[in-house]
Amino acid sequence: MSKMEFTSNDPNPESRVPNPESRVPNPDPRFPELHPALDAHAAAIEASRCLYCFDAPCTAACPTHIDVPRFIKKISTGNLRGSALTILSSNVLGLSCARVCPVDVLCEGACVMVRENYKPIEIGRLQRFAMDRFYEDPRRGTPWRAPTPITHAEKVGCVGGGPASLACAAELRRRGYAVTVIDNRPLPGGLNTYGVAEYKLRPQDSLREVDMIRSLGVEFRQALVGEAVSLEEIEKEFALIFLGMGLGTMQRLGIPGESLHGVIDALRFIERYKTSPDFRVSGRVVVIGGGNTAIDAANASRRLGAEEVHLFYRRSEREMPAFKSEYDRSKVEGVRFHWLAQPMEIIGFGARAAAVRFVQTRLGAPDHSGRGAVIPVPGSHYEFACDMVIPAIGQARLTTLLENTRGIAVKNGLVVVDRPTGRTTNPRYFAGGDCVNGGREVVDAVADGKRAALAMAAQIEQ
Amino acid sequence: MADLTTNFAGIRCPNPFWLASGPPTNSGDQVMRAFDAGWGGAVWKTIGEPIVNTTSRYSSVDWNSQRMMGLNNIELISDRPIEVNLREITEVKKRYPKHAVIASLMVESQRETWQDIVKRTEDAGADGLELNFGCPHGMSERGMGSAVGQVPEYSCMITEWVKEAARTPVLVKLTPNVTDIRAVARAAKRGGADGLSAINTINSITGIDLDTLTPRPNVGGLSSHGGYCGPAVKPIALHLVQQIASDPEVGIPISGIGGIAEWREAAEFILLGCSSVQVCTAAMHYGYRIVEDMIDGLSHWMDEKDFATLDSFRGLSLPRVTEWKHLDLNHRIVARIHPEKCIGCDLCYIACWDGAHQCIHRDGFAKPEAAEAATRASIAVTPIAKLDSHAGPEGKTPPERIPHVDEDECVGCNLCWLVCPVPGSITMEKVETGRPFESWEERNRVIG
Repeated sequence: MSKMEFTSNDPNPESRVPNPESRVPNPDPRFPELHPALDAHAAAIEASRCLYCFDAPCTAACPTHIDVPRFIKKISTGNLRGSALTILSSNVLGLSCARVCPVDVLCEGACVMVRENYKPIEIGRLQRFAMDRFYEDPRRGTPWRAPTPITHAEKVGCVGGGPASLACAAELRRRGYAVTVIDNRPLPGGLNTYGVAEYKLRPQDSLREVDMIRSLGVEFRQALVGEAVSLEEIEKEFALIFLGMGLGTMQRLGIPGESLHGVIDALRFIERYKTSPDFRVSGRVVVIGGGNTAIDAANASRRLGAEEVHLFYRRSEREMPAFKSEYDRSKVEGVRFHWLAQPMEIIGFGARAAAVRFVQTRLGAPDHSGRGAVIPVPGSHYEFACDMVIPAIGQARLTTLLENTRGIAVKNGLVVVDRPTGRTTNPRYFAGGDCVNGGREVVDAVADGKRAALAMAAQIEQ
Repeated sequence: MADLTTNFAGIRCPNPFWLASGPPTNSGDQVMRAFDAGWGGAVWKTIGEPIVNTTSRYSSVDWNSQRMMGLNNIELISDRPIEVNLREITEVKKRYPKHAVIASLMVESQRETWQDIVKRTEDAGADGLELNFGCPHGMSERGMGSAVGQVPEYSCMITEWVKEAARTPVLVKLTPNVTDIRAVARAAKRGGADGLSAINTINSITGIDLDTLTPRPNVGGLSSHGGYCGPAVKPIALHLVQQIASDPEVGIPISGIGGIAEWREAAEFILLGCSSVQVCTAAMHYGYRIVEDMIDGLSHWMDEKDFATLDSFRGLSLPRVTEWKHLDLNHRIVARIHPEKCIGCDLCYIACWDGAHQCIHRDGFAKPEAAEAATRASIAVTPIAKLDSHAGPEGKTPPERIPHVDEDECVGCNLCWLVCPVPGSITMEKVETGRPFESWEERNRVIG
């Protein structure tokens, strides 16, 4: 049977989804992996470079505090299963984090080797090596610990199927709670399955992790909370509820022409090419936004066949929120950047987008975000012809319902929580991930989910 | 330019680098290629009645991704007929008259047998003889090799037989697999030996295959103990060489053997009194070409130190090895951490706490467990460069990760300095105690 076969100890056959390999295309040759895997010998040599620091800075820098020197030491001693379990005990999504984490600003950025003018230990690739071996192991089908017996009467529901919910669910399940993850998409995994660029993480990998979490005894259910399933029903079934629903769909630009053909928001664009092998792009593409998702969409457009890709950002290079490494890679891909440009209108030719009208901006005094306020320069409008427009300007925050009916405090569209516990202003609700932090990394979502799980268990057990 | 010419008990050669008896000196063709590469001499693979070997024969210990920190072998002496070996010795000496060819010998423990092989070998043109009383595996089960070298009386007796017949210098190769190597060294001297070779390989089992549960090397599902050599054995060899070199009852030249892979190790053996050095494992690992740097490096070092000849530094370190009871109890050093060089790995901190004397500290934490717990409890997030402020100046070690030494409590054991990965980040500094030299022996005498 294929590697992706779901385990037979699934406690709830109704929650099964079909073999994901039949739903998700195979790795796309247009998107070779950004950081190829290490082989066993290279991994052993790299592992042997690690100094095994005490109270290591890499561990402190990791939001989930993976004991990095410990898992690396285990690679160097050939204890690969032990290495993988060390990673998973801190971060149940160790496989996807190994691939998508911006390690240069996290563990590897904190590596003491950097201060000796040496190359930092390649922690990300070593973690990937340990996780790949774990998932290739024929014993993979057995969970890393047998499903913990359910020892608590209180059930927990996790709304949203992304990294925060998965981490929260896995942690609570291991502590003896019955946990159900409720997601509205056909496959769980959230942005790991649908929204991360292909050259970093393939849907298969995300689904392997989902499969493993399922094998711990976590139940998965497909439903749209707040519509198909009401909050009343959820509250009746579950003692505590974790909100890990992310940010939902992309925010709209709020300008004329957004519904023309040829306008597709960045997340839907990434989801589309990851799930449709025939998806092609041609001509001239305009990407609007300066974040990492904008960069992902711009790079993907190049790979998918666009002759020209132009990224427009309303502030300057200095304020762009994308990581420097992402920005640098994008320049290599041939993406062209336009600064201080705010979109005013998408102009159609018939029903199709044909150009974007921009106004030049200048930066004023710092606004609430600490960056210069964007001020349009009068009379500086210009049109930029294109075949496709990809807005990537942050994601909408669909928490109004909770705010209005459950007394959950929301600020700037984000759920307000107590950081160390994920506690919201409603004692039955906890929250974490993008819906709390506005859209950070997978590893931040995992850390939020884990912290919330500990606090939820403590609240029930007190 | 330093003069490396060597005279070992009358055996002359262009430099002190000899290939030790072993696989690299198995045949005339090999020895001639070695001389072309620059080796000053070669001790021929031990000649005797040809034997049959097993496969496999070697196993090794790797360390930290480096191959062959130590090598173990269960190979016996030469498997080629005596006359073939002798004919090739003649040929080599004809072509390389200035290089040293020393024949290693091992035959049954009978006077006639020994004297016969001595005569034939010298007739073939060997410059000297090395009696293999050291081989610790296989041959020892047949009453030869270390079976001789472990009994001083046998060693003395066979050396006497050989000396009755020999016209060239006779070296006795010593086994380290004894309680006190000096007893055999003295016996060889009594038997008339002109020099000593030390050390032969050390009894070993290198490891066990955790799938087959069979120790290595695996010979059809069984293994046997072998002889251990290579970089791992150098410290043991240096100590045993020092033991015999400083023994007044020995007093004959020593050819140093054991883990020598480069010129610095050769210099160390010579500083402890050796007149030549022998190399085997390193040549097996990298080939004869390694001798180029051995010659080159030793020459440059001698020039730098103003040592014109090998004799000018031979044995200079011997007087600096003494018994513990003569060491100064009032000598005091302490560790000092240099914050500007510290990279914050904190290996010194944990080493001192768990492995030494609990005198290196991190501010704010009474014990290491508390430091680690604080990390696990901290909340870290992925920084977004343009939105989040940076924790500290780029590339600087955070001050809380730079440990400091309580010099009053420091016992000067060196451990932190040894584990520190950054040269110069920890130094051991002398502290004036104001007290005069006093050894344990002296202190004991005063108390007594």
